[in-house]
Amino acid sequence: MVEIRWHGRGGLGAKTAALLFGEAMMHSGMYIQAFPEYGPERRGAPVTAYNRIDDKPIRVHFAIQKPNAVCVLDATLLSTDAVREGCDESTVFIINSSFDPLAIKKKFDLPGKVYTVDASGISEEVLGRNLPNTPMLGALMKVVHLMDFETFIEAVEARLRIKYKPEVVEGNIKAIRRAYQEVKGL
Amino acid sequence: MTEKERTKMALTGNEAFAYAMKQINPDVVAAYPITPATEIVQIFAKYVSDGEVDTEFVAVESEHSAMSACIGASASGARVITGTSSQGLALMHEMLYIASALRLPIVLAEVNRALSAPINIHCDHSDTMGSRDAGWIQIYCENANEGYHTLIQAVRIAETVNLPVMATLDGFIISHEMEVVESLDTQEVREFIGKRKPLYSVLDVEKPIMVGPLDLTDYYFEHKRQQIEAMKKSKAVIKEVIEEYNTKFGFDFPVFIETYRMEDAEYAILAMSSAAGTMKEAVDIRRSIGEKVGLVRLKVFRPFPFELLTEVFKNVKAIGVMDRSDSVNSMGGPVFNEVRSSLYELETRPRIMNFVFGLGGRDFPMEDALHIIDRVKELKDGKKLDFVEYVGVRE
Repeated sequence: MVEIRWHGRGGLGAKTAALLFGEAMMHSGMYIQAFPEYGPERRGAPVTAYNRIDDKPIRVHFAIQKPNAVCVLDATLLSTDAVREGCDESTVFIINSSFDPLAIKKKFDLPGKVYTVDASGISEEVLGRNLPNTPMLGALMKVVHLMDFETFIEAVEARLRIKYKPEVVEGNIKAIRRAYQEVKGL
Repeated sequence: MTEKERTKMALTGNEAFAYAMKQINPDVVAAYPITPATEIVQIFAKYVSDGEVDTEFVAVESEHSAMSACIGASASGARVITGTSSQGLALMHEMLYIASALRLPIVLAEVNRALSAPINIHCDHSDTMGSRDAGWIQIYCENANEGYHTLIQAVRIAETVNLPVMATLDGFIISHEMEVVESLDTQEVREFIGKRKPLYSVLDVEKPIMVGPLDLTDYYFEHKRQQIEAMKKSKAVIKEVIEEYNTKFGFDFPVFIETYRMEDAEYAILAMSSAAGTMKEAVDIRRSIGEKVGLVRLKVFRPFPFELLTEVFKNVKAIGVMDRSDSVNSMGGPVFNEVRSSLYELETRPRIMNFVFGLGGRDFPMEDALHIIDRVKELKDGKKLDFVEYVGVRE
């Protein structure tokens, strides 16, 4: 079982990222869970979301305590304890930052391997807004290799089409592809 | 039939309930679709406005009115579903008794959330446990997939026995968590549930009837006696409907209880809803080091399957019963007291204790599940323990 924890702030789309990721994984035949941790719903407040991915039905139902991967949508959260809770050398960190992975690892004393991607920068260039969640999906896909990337893109595209206009869907897909290419630390 | 590849959908518990409602296509949905209710009815309202269902959607001003409108619609012969949670169910309380005593087959998609005060929107079972004597069939589902299928089964069960049914999912833990749901085709759902064939309708001017008149001392008791008998007889119907569903569509949903690794168990845990999933993993962990522990998941709480519990627990030495609510009666939770009572007729009664956990959505992590198993092992080995323990609380 692979367990992923998402850290974001209200409005950045951490929950949506977990849901999109979970649903796409299901399309590759995996069993999934995607769930947010609910607190007061305020724009800007820290938000946590989770994914469990397994090849057999998932029976447990509690917050993820020892994540295999931690995705941080806002680097200002790196100074909080929540981001490194339950992590060790085996944890993979994927951080939305334009800085070098080693610099981030050193500055925030992160225990595991660190990857960075300028998800906000990509999002602002492609979508004109700071919505780092979809590019973070691209970076995560590059790092964890849980399913074929093109199949993943198809699944995300199909989901986004239900809710968004074609140009928004196209922008998000472009952002995912760019982040997939631009993630640093590999 | 079992070979058919089912459509897999990634749905939250709320979406799973709402999707089942869409496929059921009820005649009437009356609801009050804001907090404390979850988004079930909100999602369903979208199906209505998009013209994907034929349902008459009645947006009312409170849950009390929601259930009242459901009662009126059901008494006229309509197929009726509603959804609520927590305070919403509490506000329906008075009308719940009327729905069941009028023998109306209303289906309620319920999400288990704590009751105020203090204010809390997270999971525990206080809401539906508060309705346990309201004459409704209560089915507690472990996950979104079971919730989806149970809601479909609930329509058939309700309309066969003429009793209302509530199917429940754990708030947030399941209601807001996306999981894989293996869905039926809409055609399969419609064929399975058929059309409602009401015995009477208040709108039938050819065959006028009176609904809910004054009954007082002369016949009230007889009517109540019949209602009690109907609940008793619903056991056969629940079994028949779930078994038919399993055979027809290739599933293996348990009927009243699910037993897990109980064959040679020396001691056992009884759990409900999502906590039972976590507990299955905990049982596996303890089994892997040689512990003979098993799990019973109680799925149908009303009618209470005491015969099955007596049978399944007759050879164990100790039982830990988990309650996600407390009766505030100084002797533990409602599930504990009923399970314990079920074992009274046994010649050799197992030792038994209660674990109250997870109130107001307090997380139930693996270490707490393992702790419960280890405590019941101590109980089995003869240690004197408190009657009720509270797990995961600071005190």
